[in-house]
Amino acid sequence: MTINRIDQLFRERKGEILSVYVTAGYPGLNDTGRLLEALQEYGADMVEIGIPFSDPLADGPVIQQSSQVALRNGMKLDLLFSQLKEIRATVEIPLLLMGYLNPVLQMGMEEFLSRCKDTGIDGVIIPDLPPAEYETRYRELFRSYGIYYSLLITPHTDNERIDRIAALSEGFLYLVAEASTTGARDSVGDHQKEYFQRLREMNLPVPGLIGFGISNRETFLTACSYARGAIIGSAFIRALGENNALTLEERVEKFIRGIRGA
Amino acid sequence: MGFEVDSGGFYGEYGGAYIPEMLYPNIKELEDNYMNIVSSDSFQSKFRLLLRDYAGRPTPLFRAERLSDHYGTQIFLKREDLNHTGAHKINNTIGQILLAGHLEKKRIIAETGAGQHGVAAATVCALTGMECIVYMGALDVERQAPNVKKMKMLGAKVIPVYSGNKTLKDATNEAIRDWINHPVDTHYIIGSVVGPHPYPDMVTRFQSVISEEIRIQLMEKTNRNYPDYLVACVGGGSNAAGAYYHYLEDDRVRLISAEAAGLGVGSGKTAATSLIGTPGIIHGSRTLLMQDDDGQIEEPYSISAGLDYPGVGPLHAWLAKSGRAILYAITDDEALQAAFLCTRKEGIIPALETAHALAALEKINPGAEDVVVVNLSGRGDKDMEIYIDKLNLSDDDKQD
Ligand SMILES: Cc1ncc(COP(=O)(O)O)c(C=O)c1O
Repeated sequence: MTINRIDQLFRERKGEILSVYVTAGYPGLNDTGRLLEALQEYGADMVEIGIPFSDPLADGPVIQQSSQVALRNGMKLDLLFSQLKEIRATVEIPLLLMGYLNPVLQMGMEEFLSRCKDTGIDGVIIPDLPPAEYETRYRELFRSYGIYYSLLITPHTDNERIDRIAALSEGFLYLVAEASTTGARDSVGDHQKEYFQRLREMNLPVPGLIGFGISNRETFLTACSYARGAIIGSAFIRALGENNALTLEERVEKFIRGIRGA
Repeated sequence: MGFEVDSGGFYGEYGGAYIPEMLYPNIKELEDNYMNIVSSDSFQSKFRLLLRDYAGRPTPLFRAERLSDHYGTQIFLKREDLNHTGAHKINNTIGQILLAGHLEKKRIIAETGAGQHGVAAATVCALTGMECIVYMGALDVERQAPNVKKMKMLGAKVIPVYSGNKTLKDATNEAIRDWINHPVDTHYIIGSVVGPHPYPDMVTRFQSVISEEIRIQLMEKTNRNYPDYLVACVGGGSNAAGAYYHYLEDDRVRLISAEAAGLGVGSGKTAATSLIGTPGIIHGSRTLLMQDDDGQIEEPYSISAGLDYPGVGPLHAWLAKSGRAILYAITDDEALQAAFLCTRKEGIIPALETAHALAALEKINPGAEDVVVVNLSGRGDKDMEIYIDKLNLSDDDKQD
């Protein structure tokens, strides 16, 4: 069997792994493919493609709003798969789908995974699927399609549960930086550093990526000093909505350069 | 067939806690503690005392003579409208505020649609000196101005929600987001038997005082402790769950749930969730909900703001699926007619939500000896503007 692109990434790149979150169908209905290509070109290591949902209750205002725009544009899960049909002709970096459980259930988990596989999706994140239900109901199915599943932990997750979740997580573990909804923040606080330090000492079986609140070069570098890399969502979505004089590709370039410091 | 929640928080295939990890500690704390706290003597004595001396319980079970004559049966009205703040909602908020005290929470959040639950939450917060934040869709803030003023007078902070469609569903999302952002000091007082486990079971237990009283009161009045028909309206389903609770396993009692059909079940302007909904996840619960084929949750419609919810509590999804409850979809017009009939026959102006339960009397055809209990969940003060508007219209019709 071929190696999963996520594993390959973590094998090849030791630090400062940059994963970027985009909302499918935002800012324009047909922008997602272009964005993935640009993100790869300007140096993102991995992309999480958000499936827009009418009721994103773990998200802050920026991602909420982008989801609403995407739905109004006409984005649907079925359409997203059609749009991404040829994506592997041009994009080689690992791609994940991240979405709430309900749209996935309406498509049917098996159909969803089958289309992930056909599209060349490497991993999936479903924040409101309970880990225990994933384990008993879906884990085998994910395995049979060769799709990785990554789970989340937060500063309030106790060590025993962290161990259990990390053991289920494939590719990487999503380290939510703060007990909060998604959204960009300016700094990483002391209590968060303590949590990251604690995680480092736990020697988890999968590498971690820090997400939620990472917004600029400074917070990115802080995150990278505690984990293999970081995930940027709201700050990128906001950058896409600004700088309207630039092309989409130029907006991506400007943003990634800001993070990479190049 | 069992209708109690199982250890995983499910009623049959419905229920559970489909929540992001950020919310897990909050829900876990509740789940680990609610049963012990709620069944303790100290909790129960405080709860019972407040239900009696503050809410005004037991609420009467009233033999409605003229409505009975009209329908040729024996109708009793369970007068939840006579509770403090005018509806059954206070039973739940009293229970939850005491629970929040036991858990040493300092800050209360709540969602509200029509404002009835928001007022009931703000009321118990004033009573106990707790900080109270109520999320309310921006559209509802406009539509329900008197309740907004009441909440403010009671000292609550009302936060208008501009996301989504700016109604109850979005207010609930926003309350959940607040809770994610305040995981330690805050208790979320949810307003119905919805949301992640253990809320549906917890709220059902607090509301079950309704059926507990019906049993005693029916015994006094009819010499048997159960009705042949038990009728309630279902939005999220808390007043119905409370009225049904002690009869769930008693097959002699036909459970009649009235849902809001809005302009009609097939009209696209409806809130008849159990009838046209399909299984999915809403607000952390696997239940029936109104959604499109892409799994996006749809906006419901009903003339009654309290029934205007695109989901239904998982217990009710299970009652519908298993055939234990019989469902009727009541249109706006049918509800209005039933409200006017109850008002003229009994001198009781019901809430618009309750009017849906009353309208189900047109559908069930009980026998002359049958005992029918209707849960009169709330009073109509908050709905006077709509009633007056509709009354004027029919007066104008007559003059034409
Ligand atoms: C009087 C009254 N009845 C019924 C409801 C519907 O809620 P539930 O189905 O939870 O009883 C409401 C909600 O606002 C209400 O105010």
